[in-house]
Amino acid sequence: MSAEQGIDIYRRRFLGNAAKASAGLALAPGIMLTELGHAKPADEAVTGQVRWGMLIDSNKCAEGCNDCVQACNDEHGLTGFDRPATDAQWIRKVKLKDRQTGHTQTLPLLCQHCEHPPCVDVCPTGASFKREDGIVLVDKHICIGCRYCMMACPYKARSFIHETLQDQMPYAPRGKGTVESCTFCVHRVDDDRTPACVEACTAENHNALVFGDMHDPSSQISQELERHSSQQIRADLQLNTGVRYRGI
Amino acid sequence: MINYGLKILLLGLLLGAAVPASAGGSLLPVIPEAQARVSETQGCVEPVDDMRKNHMEYILHQRDETVHEGIRTQQHSLVECINCHVSDAPDAPRVSSEEHFCNSCHTYAAVRIDCFQCHADRPVSTAQKLSQPGGGESLLLSADRQPAPVSGGQTQ
Repeated sequence: MSAEQGIDIYRRRFLGNAAKASAGLALAPGIMLTELGHAKPADEAVTGQVRWGMLIDSNKCAEGCNDCVQACNDEHGLTGFDRPATDAQWIRKVKLKDRQTGHTQTLPLLCQHCEHPPCVDVCPTGASFKREDGIVLVDKHICIGCRYCMMACPYKARSFIHETLQDQMPYAPRGKGTVESCTFCVHRVDDDRTPACVEACTAENHNALVFGDMHDPSSQISQELERHSSQQIRADLQLNTGVRYRGI
Repeated sequence: MINYGLKILLLGLLLGAAVPASAGGSLLPVIPEAQARVSETQGCVEPVDDMRKNHMEYILHQRDETVHEGIRTQQHSLVECINCHVSDAPDAPRVSSEEHFCNSCHTYAAVRIDCFQCHADRPVSTAQKLSQPGGGESLLLSADRQPAPVSGGQTQ
């Protein structure tokens, strides 16, 4: 009995020391990554150390302002064919009205870049996928245009391209027969820039959109999320969205 | 003697057959010049022979790395191929033309490529020029439909 106790204590000490050692190891790369910031070298793969997210303050979102939508359309060369039901739409303004009080507010709705994306779950080919850094994308090389993901998405965030396209933006390839949605401007993010919608909102001095790394405690988005209460749309689905809202 | 005559005749036929092919212009594709060389000793990002044979492997490999891992090196990037191999002049040939760099060879080799159903067939600088207000033709044209700007966000 006493011998067994001795072994147990020895094991506990050993395991305790091992845990301390591994915590130290984990801390060191963590510090490294914070120092490096987001300026990822072009030849390095993205990692799960970062999780990109967006905080949208609907109180600051001006009614009638459409700058984020326009910036997105310009950035990705999205043009319509005068068919609002099927025209590509990566971000849209939604108006909410409290029927009792008549109070109205607007907010932009886009791909919520879920941690557990339903679009990825249902994709039969693996075209819908989540990058290590949390950005949900469609690999159009693999997409067969079945549109299961469009049906699975609770946010109606995805569009299907019905037309033959030409002169796409070189950094935003788009083609007939594939599904697409907000990419968090992945080409900009990989270049250490912010998405076009955020840039447009900030340029207009509305500052309703904050983009950043939700895993970095010193980032503006992390600090604002910590300081103020925020909501996920359809939080009941437990998708852990990357887009959070304030004031709804 | 007859045998010798036959040989002469055959040689004559062969020459006769060969002459029109060379006189009527080569059947080989006319490949447009690139905008720049990688270095004085090397034209393309890999030796030209290698590129002619294996370019598809390079861009296929790069494609997966870029889309899934965010690796955006320029050496084997399709966007950079187009930036260098296609002129940004307003009347630069599109991929549907045999004068387009990619299509010049692919027409000759009878290999249809579908890269440009999604990817831009002209350089970044062309796209930037076109996206400027009043920058000429629309960025998006289909054979039978004129595009209209996306109307403001759909409200619900």
